[in-house]
Amino acid sequence: MIEAKNVHYSYPSKIEALRGISLTIRDGEFVAIMGQNGAGKSTFVKHFNGLLKPSRGTVKVDGVETGKSSVAALARNVGFVFQNPDHQLFSESVEEEIGFALKNFGFEAKVIEDRITWALDLLSLSQYRKTSPFLLSGGERKRVALASVLAWDPKTLVLDEPTIGQDYEQKEKLRQFIMQLQTQGKTVVVVTHDVEFVAECNPRVVLMKDGKIVADGQGQQILTDPAMLELASIVLPQIAQVFAKLSVLGLPKNIIDIQEAKTVLLRAKEKRGQ
Amino acid sequence: MSVFDGLKFRRVNSLIHNLDPRIKFVYVIGVFIATLLFLQIIPLLALFVLQLPFVFLARVQRQWLRSLRGAAFLASFIFLINIATNFFVGGYTLTPEVVESAAAMTLRFVVLVESFSVFFLTTSPDHLGLALEQSRVPYEFAFAFTTAVRFVPVLAEEAQTIMDAQKARGLELEKGNLLKRIRNYIPVLIPLIVSAIRRSLELAEAMESRAWGACKRRTNLYRLCLHRGDYVLLGITVAILAGAIYTYFFVSIPTIVNLL
Repeated sequence: MIEAKNVHYSYPSKIEALRGISLTIRDGEFVAIMGQNGAGKSTFVKHFNGLLKPSRGTVKVDGVETGKSSVAALARNVGFVFQNPDHQLFSESVEEEIGFALKNFGFEAKVIEDRITWALDLLSLSQYRKTSPFLLSGGERKRVALASVLAWDPKTLVLDEPTIGQDYEQKEKLRQFIMQLQTQGKTVVVVTHDVEFVAECNPRVVLMKDGKIVADGQGQQILTDPAMLELASIVLPQIAQVFAKLSVLGLPKNIIDIQEAKTVLLRAKEKRGQ
Repeated sequence: MSVFDGLKFRRVNSLIHNLDPRIKFVYVIGVFIATLLFLQIIPLLALFVLQLPFVFLARVQRQWLRSLRGAAFLASFIFLINIATNFFVGGYTLTPEVVESAAAMTLRFVVLVESFSVFFLTTSPDHLGLALEQSRVPYEFAFAFTTAVRFVPVLAEEAQTIMDAQKARGLELEKGNLLKRIRNYIPVLIPLIVSAIRRSLELAEAMESRAWGACKRRTNLYRLCLHRGDYVLLGITVAILAGAIYTYFFVSIPTIVNLL
């Protein structure tokens, strides 16, 4: 469980990035943190593994106050995948890259070997085991970065902009992957701009603006509220846009899922036929 | 990253900021040469103190202090290495002279950092490029140089992100003995270098697609010309150099140990 209480944070340059954020993320939840650039999303999630410590207020992860713990200790439970994989890849092979964190956390050699195989398999990277990560494509590098964090099986996973630079197929795989983590009871926090991706996943959505939380609720409810989205400079997902335009037909507006849209439209058609 | 902060230009309207960058550079080189002439602590101290008025006139004391603080680690390293080599080579005795010469070597480094820091703190990258161009440095080289200077803060920020990313994977930079600590930085340095190279290739492509170097003779909107202050600084530089050379050849410099 992650509990943030009245968190304020100012960068050394005196820019106040967070102005009093309180948020509780329960175990096993899937949360998308959204908002425009500079809203403080990344700054906020960096508090979860202690990369940043609150200037005021507290952040507790499973009851441990992050201000009083080292990043290495917190990172064991909170895996953080950065936006740009090139900011972390440095090893000669994918295998070593994935083993890096495991060695840092002091796993035994045998366990490291098993975990590497497991993580490679999980993200379909097995054929690149001995390849240099620098020779892989952008999408593959992103997967290596993800694998290198998943390898130590953290309880909570924070993904910063995971869909940037990914084609649709990769995004879909990522979505299924997050769902799979959900069934294992993992907590997943995603920082993203990608409305369509969030609409497809329909997680709990936390909207941020100017270092504050302006909305918190189920994706379907938040992503179909034009006033709220405008406040955070986000556009409606395409499906919601269509239903907003179809308001003359008297259809519900809070629809972001393709299946649901299909059902609603078919039902409307039947009604007209009668 | 405080070292970089101490070299980052800040726009302040001061006497020093408005000086011609070429003359400022001549001054820095003058101080540089004067510094390298001496191995004794007294003239180096004099050179250190001589530059303080510039720092205060430019109103960059705080940033300047930060650059010195950033250099403190390397300075103490230089001091220790000097003591150690003298100690082991010189027959396992630690005399006051040894300490003094080590201190002088360290001070030499500090003076160099001091002068370069003042120069970079008070000279905008644009001015620097202009100065190079008008000193007949080929445009390609001038551009490469200003770009390098301009990318220092970008790289510093990137280094911070990379450190965060590796810390998030359990890397502890401050752990272990000196050798281990240096090795700890490998996971930070490799991504930094790789991304710098990648960035430079991207920059080159972006520039070429905007017709960089299409016309051979470039003109500038602004032209640098020398004012009274510049001649004064030139005079000061000549005086420092002349004084340093005179002292070097004709004055026997006492050590502090001798004076006491």
